[in-house]
Order: sequence, then structure tokens, then C-alpha cells
Amino acid sequence: MLGYLARRLAMTIPTLLLVAVAVFTLVRLIPGDPVQVMLGDNADPAQAAQLRAQLGLDQPVPLQFLYWLGKLATGDLGHSITNNLPVLPLILERFQVSATIVLVAVGLAACIAVVAGLVAAWKQNSALDLAIVGGATLLLSIPSFWLGLLLLLLFGLKLKWLPVIGYVPFSENVWQATLFMVLPIVTLTAVEIGVLTRMARAASIEVLRLEYVTHARAKGVPEWLVLGRHVLPNAFAPTWTLIGLVLGHLLGGIAVIETVFTLPGLGRLLVDSIFARDYPVVQGCLLFTAVIYVVVNLIVDLCYPLFDPRVAVA
Amino acid sequence: MKWRINTVIGGALIGLVLGTAATAAFWTPFDPLRINLKARLHAPSALHWFGTDEFGRDVLSRLMAGAAASVVVALATVLIAVGVGVLVGGVAGYLRGWTDRIIMAVNDALLAFPGILLALAVMIVIGANKSGLVLALGLAYIPSVARVVRGTVLSIREKEYIEASRVIGNSEFYSMLRHVLPNAIAPVAVLATSMFGWVLLAESALSFLGLGVPPPAPTWGNMLAASRPYMETAAWLSIAPGLCIALTLLGINLLGDSLRDSFDPRMAHG
Amino acid sequence: MTAPLLTVDHLRIEAARTGAVVVDDVSFAIERGEFLAVVGESGSGKTAAARAILGLLPPGLRRVGGAIRLDGEDLADIAPRRMRALRGRSVGMVFQEPMVSLNPAISVGAQMAEGLALHERLTRGEIRQRCLDMLARVQIRDPERTFDAYPHEFSGGMRQRIMLASVMLLKPKLLLADEPTTALDTLSQREVLDLMVELARDHGTAVMLITHNLGLVSRYAQRAVVLRQGKLVETGSVRQILSAPREAYTRQLVDALPRRRAATGPRAAGEPLISVRGLKVAFGGRQRLFRRDADVAAINGVDLEIGASETVAVVGGSGSGKTTLGRAMLRLIPAAAGEIRFQGRDVIATRDRAFRLASQLVFQDPYSSLDPRMRVGEIVAEPLRHVPELSSSERDRRVASMLDEVGLAGFAQRWPHELSGGQRQRIAIARAIVRHPSFVVADEPVSALDMTIQAQVLKLFERLQAQYGFACLFISHDLAAVEQVADRVVVMQGGRIVEQGSRDDVFDRPQHEYTRALLAATPVLDFAGQAAARASG
Repeated sequence: MLGYLARRLAMTIPTLLLVAVAVFTLVRLIPGDPVQVMLGDNADPAQAAQLRAQLGLDQPVPLQFLYWLGKLATGDLGHSITNNLPVLPLILERFQVSATIVLVAVGLAACIAVVAGLVAAWKQNSALDLAIVGGATLLLSIPSFWLGLLLLLLFGLKLKWLPVIGYVPFSENVWQATLFMVLPIVTLTAVEIGVLTRMARAASIEVLRLEYVTHARAKGVPEWLVLGRHVLPNAFAPTWTLIGLVLGHLLGGIAVIETVFTLPGLGRLLVDSIFARDYPVVQGCLLFTAVIYVVVNLIVDLCYPLFDPRVAVA
Repeated sequence: MKWRINTVIGGALIGLVLGTAATAAFWTPFDPLRINLKARLHAPSALHWFGTDEFGRDVLSRLMAGAAASVVVALATVLIAVGVGVLVGGVAGYLRGWTDRIIMAVNDALLAFPGILLALAVMIVIGANKSGLVLALGLAYIPSVARVVRGTVLSIREKEYIEASRVIGNSEFYSMLRHVLPNAIAPVAVLATSMFGWVLLAESALSFLGLGVPPPAPTWGNMLAASRPYMETAAWLSIAPGLCIALTLLGINLLGDSLRDSFDPRMAHG
Repeated sequence: MTAPLLTVDHLRIEAARTGAVVVDDVSFAIERGEFLAVVGESGSGKTAAARAILGLLPPGLRRVGGAIRLDGEDLADIAPRRMRALRGRSVGMVFQEPMVSLNPAISVGAQMAEGLALHERLTRGEIRQRCLDMLARVQIRDPERTFDAYPHEFSGGMRQRIMLASVMLLKPKLLLADEPTTALDTLSQREVLDLMVELARDHGTAVMLITHNLGLVSRYAQRAVVLRQGKLVETGSVRQILSAPREAYTRQLVDALPRRRAATGPRAAGEPLISVRGLKVAFGGRQRLFRRDADVAAINGVDLEIGASETVAVVGGSGSGKTTLGRAMLRLIPAAAGEIRFQGRDVIATRDRAFRLASQLVFQDPYSSLDPRMRVGEIVAEPLRHVPELSSSERDRRVASMLDEVGLAGFAQRWPHELSGGQRQRIAIARAIVRHPSFVVADEPVSALDMTIQAQVLKLFERLQAQYGFACLFISHDLAAVEQVADRVVVMQGGRIVEQGSRDDVFDRPQHEYTRALLAATPVLDFAGQAAARASG
């Protein structure tokens, strides 16, 4: 068990380093001189040289990377060009919004999908199965931003049940905040239910045809216990690994949802910074998302032995 | 054979999209770019089946042109991603050892960026236009293809018929070409099909954010984005492009499912 | 005379979708405490018939007619609740694949306790004690530790004992055992079945053993039912069925059992075709983070000689290294030490091309050894690409005549998935022989096939060997097949050769204790005719 933990942890170190290299390289590749961008076109050459030195841009590139890496290690992601605020606190503040939506949506989607997938597999080829698979495929095919727009149109504009535009933090008014969160969460949940249900169904079908399920039935175990104790835990393991991917997928796609619902989340921050050519923030957002993704998958893998005792030894 | 219905519906939807895209290259009812301020925000009518937008442009013509744009972008992207991904994954799976480890380490680091984010990042570097978009999305999806191809190659190499090929006296390279690659085609074809869907979705998402194909060129994504201010008064502007994306994705998903079923070894062995 | 424990009357099972008949009008009965064997090849419907008793037909199959009575109670139209009460309690079931018949996510103890908790009112402590006693009864060394361990920590044989323990814990009146030892090696097979018989005797349990192995039938069963393609062929006492079968198919099954042929005379002295000296093969230990585990020796110093056109059989249990030896002799696995000489030349150091072209391999699993994307003709023709002097028309002729010789003329355009297991194995043999090799390694070439097919393929192999005169390393766990084909026998255990000699010496005058154990564990037909053949052989 400890060996598995250590191995899995050690594997993330080179990945994180390469992620850093990729982000660093990317920003160097952006055409144009960052100093010129920061100071405008008619900058004083002396001032430009000073800023260049201050940013370490007069150093050789590998040195710049090490310098940047060193600052990263202390949590210093630089300052925003537009408002000169430190990048990391900015990202963390926006991340709270995105994380709330994504976590709640994935949790809800997983709960619904695992049950739906199990039932569909249990009644394989029945009308119920067809309905569940058909529904999941339909949900899988609807773009999240379109679903969001439609829900907004229906519940916000026509029925006027929910607020349309804006955001209130939970710290100010929990009820108001919840109202603003409902539609984004419903949208993301609906979209992810599609992927997860299909996965859970496929995994459950695999497990249902194994002999230990028949063995359990042959012992006289009632059907609900067969499904709950013998099928569900074993079918959940592959679905669980997918949850890590889904979280990453959502972190990437969150920008569109935040645009639809005008939420001040991480994705919106990234897009706005791209338009504003605020490269330190862009760099920070990319790096932060990638690190979160790596960490989430690390946690997913570390939890995996809880569902499958074979992994700890293998 | 209840899954046959997948193939029929999926094939019909995709056929419709491809046909529309091909038609739009030669003919659309109106010029999709022609502005007519006298005919702003007309509701669907016999003349304009899907109405007109805020500049009086015909929505049907724009949807058709958008289909052409989306299909071209998605096809080109899938070609790039699959071409390079098969090469990279194949080399890693063929050479194994340190080459494999290094390739896969870089690959995994790239996979740590959600596909759409990676595309976004590349777009910043090369700029927002159609070929930039293709390149960005292509690069973004190479790592997933490479990972699948490598896994497939490695698992096929464990099969006994590869050992049989070695016993016959065939070189490793010949075995790779004659036995491994043909057997890797099926999973890659399934992946390429679903990837067409992902790319279409990512392209419309980027366009929706204003980071894809720049206006006035119509794509389903930027049409949706432009419709937002008129959502309440001109709902058709929001509904039509989204429906196009959803139906295309549905077609791809159904087709992908029947493709996967037909390649399933359990089906083959009966 | 009391009523039988179980009667099955006119049972009929169909595939729900196609309406294909899987079990067709089958009737039989089991007395209390009796050991009944249900014998059949694949497609005989033997498993479906057994599962129908507990109402556990796999999805897609359904019972459309017939009655099943247990202790006078009709099981056919019983309420699900009552059926669940009978499952495990009155009728227990042991499955074939020890690797997938225990739930990997639940500890052994919890799986054993599940049945007890459902059917009996016991405290947790009592349940635990009953489980521990039963584990000790099936000779599990450390019951306490086993109780808390997970299934993946055990070998196939151990898992099958655990399975047996968990089923017998409930003292069922009837035990359904579906090929319970097919996946095990000879020694574990014997141990598990002996245990099963003892436990059944202790509890007065009747056993219905579903098997394809007539040797097991003759050793353990009192009566047998022979099924073929869903139909009942013959029922009777084991002695009658095996020594005086009434039906042609039963006779065919009995005749399909390998028989010892006359011994070949001692070989003329001379240079052996292949000689192996001090061969060692090590599998690298697992790569840990900072170090590597010590290498594991799979072959530890093997000396072996094979003469031209001689068949040397390698026998041994799983983990004995016999498969590794075959692969290493073909240089598919690198040797850690030792030498292999082919016609006097060292072939390891020189990576001898002539040796590669002169040697071939026949695999165990005909499903994975043929490229699914190549036609049969292409598969058989492929080795000939390394015979450049053959023109393409000569090549086509050679392929056609080879297919003809393995009895598959006209199959060149077929795909592998269109063929049966036996046909696939014939193709694999054709591929191995088509280049006229002088040395063939056959790795369990018939153990994946049905019995009657096994006999045909073995006969084909022997005929081809007589015709083309290749030497053969015949790797097998099936001593009966070895007895039929081998000139000499090599017995391996733990990566070493513990005994080798002529077939008759090894079979009739075994020297090593392990050889004797293997021979004793091998089920042979135990009736007069066979015994006489053995005595005079």
C-alpha cells in the first residue's frame, strides 16, 4: 500500500515539471515583446530596459526558467498587467466559484449516473435500458453552453423563477448565492450524466457476466444485495477513474458555462486575460488548471485501492 | 439487432450534415454575409426559413455555411491529430524502452491540460483564424491519440500471433506493419469518430468564447454567441445553431457506438 | 426405495432471441449422496442444464419446458423468494474459473460468511468459527490469515478450495460442480476433487460433476449422463458406459482417450539434432523505485538432447518452467546462461538464422495465435516468404496441399473467426509445418480443444510427424496425451529436470517422487480393459 502511494506520488513530479516547462515555453512563444505590451508603444527605452532587468528578461532563457521556477516554488506567479494585483490570490478567489460548481455537478452526476448505469445493465436490452442509454446519448450530444442558454431562456426569462445575470458570493447571502448557482450546476450535471452513465453501464455489464455474480446468486443472496454488494463496488472502480478525467474536462470547459451565466470563475478570468493580453494571468491560469488536474487525478488514483484491493499489491 | 437503428439514424444525421456542408460550398439560399438592415431580426417565414439575424442576414444560409466551416475544421483537425498521434504512439509502442518513457512523459504532461485549454493556449500563440484553430485543436488532441495507439500497439504485441510471426523469422518491423498495424486500425477508427465530435464541440465552444473562427464568417459557435443579446426577442437565433451542433453530435455518437459494436471481438467470435 | 433427491424431466432450454435449442428433452435423476457425472463436449448443454436447476440460466437462455423436482418440490415455477432460500442452503454450486468466481473486492471471510448469515441464525463469532473450521478442513494452512485476505492473494488451486469451503459450509443436499478443476494443473485437480468427495461423504451431499474429462468420471463418479448437442445420449453406471458403451457417440468419446502406442526402439546413437547444456532463464525482478527485485530463475540449469524426428515430451505442473523451456529453446526468451546447439552449431551466440527458419512453434490457444485480420491462406503462406527459391505458383501449390493435408482444403479464403477451435489449431499446425521444419515446439497443442477434436488433432500431428520427420518438443500437463505421442519424457519441477527417460521407463518405473505424484494424480480409465492395457504396455 505504502509502496503504491510512493510510486504514484513519484510519478507526478516529472509530469509537474514538464507542465511548468510547457507553460513557460508557451508564453515565450507568444509573438511580441511583453515589455512593449506592458508599457505601450511609445515607451522610454531606458524605462523599458529597467523593466526588462526587473522581470529578468535580460538573462539567458534557461536562467529565466530557473528564476521563474524558483518564484513558483514560493507561490509567486507574478502580477497582473491590467491591475497589478498578485496573480495567485486572484486565481484562488476565482477558483472558489468554479470549484463549487464543478464539484457539486460531478458529485450529483456521479450519483445519478452510477445508479442509472447499474439499472440499465441489470435490465440489459429492455425498454428501460434503451430509454436510459438513449437519454444518456442525447445528453452527451447537447453542448453545455447551448443547454445553459436554453435553461436561462426558460427559467430565467420566460418563467422568471431564477435570476439571469450576476453572482452573489456565499459569504454575503447563502440563499441568493444558491439561486445563482442552480442553473450552472444543473447544466453541467446534465452534460456529465451522459458520459458517466454510459461508462457505468458498460462497466456493470462487464461485471454482471462474471462468475462471482452468479456465485453470489447461487448462495441465495437477494438480488438487491447482489447488485449493491457484488456488482456496484466492482463496476464503480472504472467509473471512478473516469471521474478524474471528467473533472479535468469540466475545468477546461468551465469557461463557456461561466460566460453563459456571467459568473466570475477561473475560466472567465482566463478568457478575459487572453483578450486583455494579460500574459502573467494567462500563464498562471494555465499552470493552475494543469496542476489541479494532475492533483485531482493523483487523488483519484490514490483512492482507487479502496475500490479494488488488487491494485495495492500489483 | 436493435443497434442497427443507431447506424441508420447516425448515418442519416451525418449524411445530412456532410451533404449540407458540400452544398454550401456551391450554393446557399442567400449570401450568408450579405447585410440587410431593413430585414433585421425577422422571425422564421417562407422566405427566411430560420429567420434573419441582427444584421438581417439569412440564418439558414449562415447555418449551411457554418456546417461547411465546422466540417472542414473538424475533418482537418482529426486528420492532423490521428496522423501525428498514430506516428508518435506507434513509435513509442514499437521502440519501447527509454524512447517510450520519454515520449509518454511529455505526452502525459500535455494530457494534463484539458484539450480545450491546450487549444486555447496554442491559439494565443498563432492567433485566431481558421488554420490557427485547426492547428491548435490538432495539437491539443494528439496526446490522446498517441496514448490510445501506444496502448493498443503494446497490447497487440503481447498476442500470440505476433510471437508466431517472430518464430516464422519475420523482422520486428515487418511484424509491426503486417500484423500490429492492421489490428490497431479498429480502435483508432472508433477513436477518430468520437474525436470528430469532440473537435466539433471544442471548435464551437472556442467560437462561442470569441476565440475561434473570427466573425463575420459564420460558425455555429459564434452564431450562438452573437444571439445572446436577442435571446428573449429572437429565440430562433439561439435555438437553431445549438440544435445543429446537438444533432451532429448525436449522429457522431450513434455512429461511433455502432462502429464500436461492430469491432467488438465478442461480436466477431459470435 | 426412496424417491430420488433430484429429478429432471424433459428439460428444454432455448436461446430467447434465435429460438435455438440448447437443451432438448433431457431427463435424469440424482439419488441422495450419489456422485453423478454429466459428460459432454462444448455445446452439449451440460452447463445450461445444471444452471437451470437453480434458475440461474445466463441472460439470453430460458427454460421453455420440463420439470425439475428437488425433494419432491417443483422448482420450475417456484416463487423467487423460495428459490433463494434453496440456493446455497439445499443446492450449492462450484464454478469453473477460480480467477473470476470469487469477488475481488470482498475478503474471503466476508464471502464465506455471506451464505451462513443468510441461511442460518448465528452470531458473528459463531459464523467466524464455522468458517475457520471449514478452511482448516479444506487444508488451508493459515485459516485466520486467509479469512481476512482477499482472493487475489491465492493461487487457482487455493481459490478453488476456498470456493469449495464456502459452499460446503451450508451442508447442501446437492452440490453442482461445473468443470471445477479444468483450470487447475494435475496435482491441484486431484487434491480439490478428493476433498470434494470427502466433504460430500461427510455431509451426505449428492454431487453432480459436470465435466468433459472421462478420466475424472471413472475415478470419482458412480453414474454418468452423456450429453451431445443438447440431447441425452446415454445414461448408466460409469463402468457400463466406459467399458461397454451402447451408443456410437459414447464409444467415440471413449475411443478418443489417448492410448499408448507401441514403443519405438532405442534411437541410433549419433549427433543429436538439438542439445541444450546448462540452460538458465531468469525473469527480471520487478523494477521498484530505486532498486530491482532479485531475478527469478524460471529455468535453472537444464540439459536436454533431442534427436532428429524424435518426440520429447515435457511434463510438469504450472510454474514448473516447461513453457519457458520451449520458448527459450526457440530463442524467443533470452537465456541467462548455457548453450543450445543445433546440428552441432551454437545458436545462441551467433543468432543462427538457419535455426530460426528450421524451427517452429504450435501454440496452446488457437484463438489468439492466428492474426484475425489475415485470411487462412495468407496465414499458411506467410512462413514461405523466407523461402525465396519458391516461385509464387509453387508457393500457392504448397499452401493448397498443406491445407489439404490438415483436412481443410478449400479454406484458403476463410477468416480465422469463421473457424472452430479444432479447425484453427489445424491451421496453426499447417503454418508450422509448411516450411518443412526440422524442429517443432508444441506448447499444449490440444489442451484447449474438445476431447474428440483432441484425438483428431493429435492423430493429425502424429501423421505429419511421420511424414515430414521433424523433431518435436511436446509440452503438456496431460500425461495421457504424452503417453500417446512421446518417445521420451522429461519431468520438470521448479525450473529443473527431475527425471527423464524413455516413455515406458518414466510411466512404468518412475524414479522421482514428483513423477510418481503426477502419475498418481492423472485420472485414467479404471476398468478392466484399460488396466490390462496398462499392465501389458
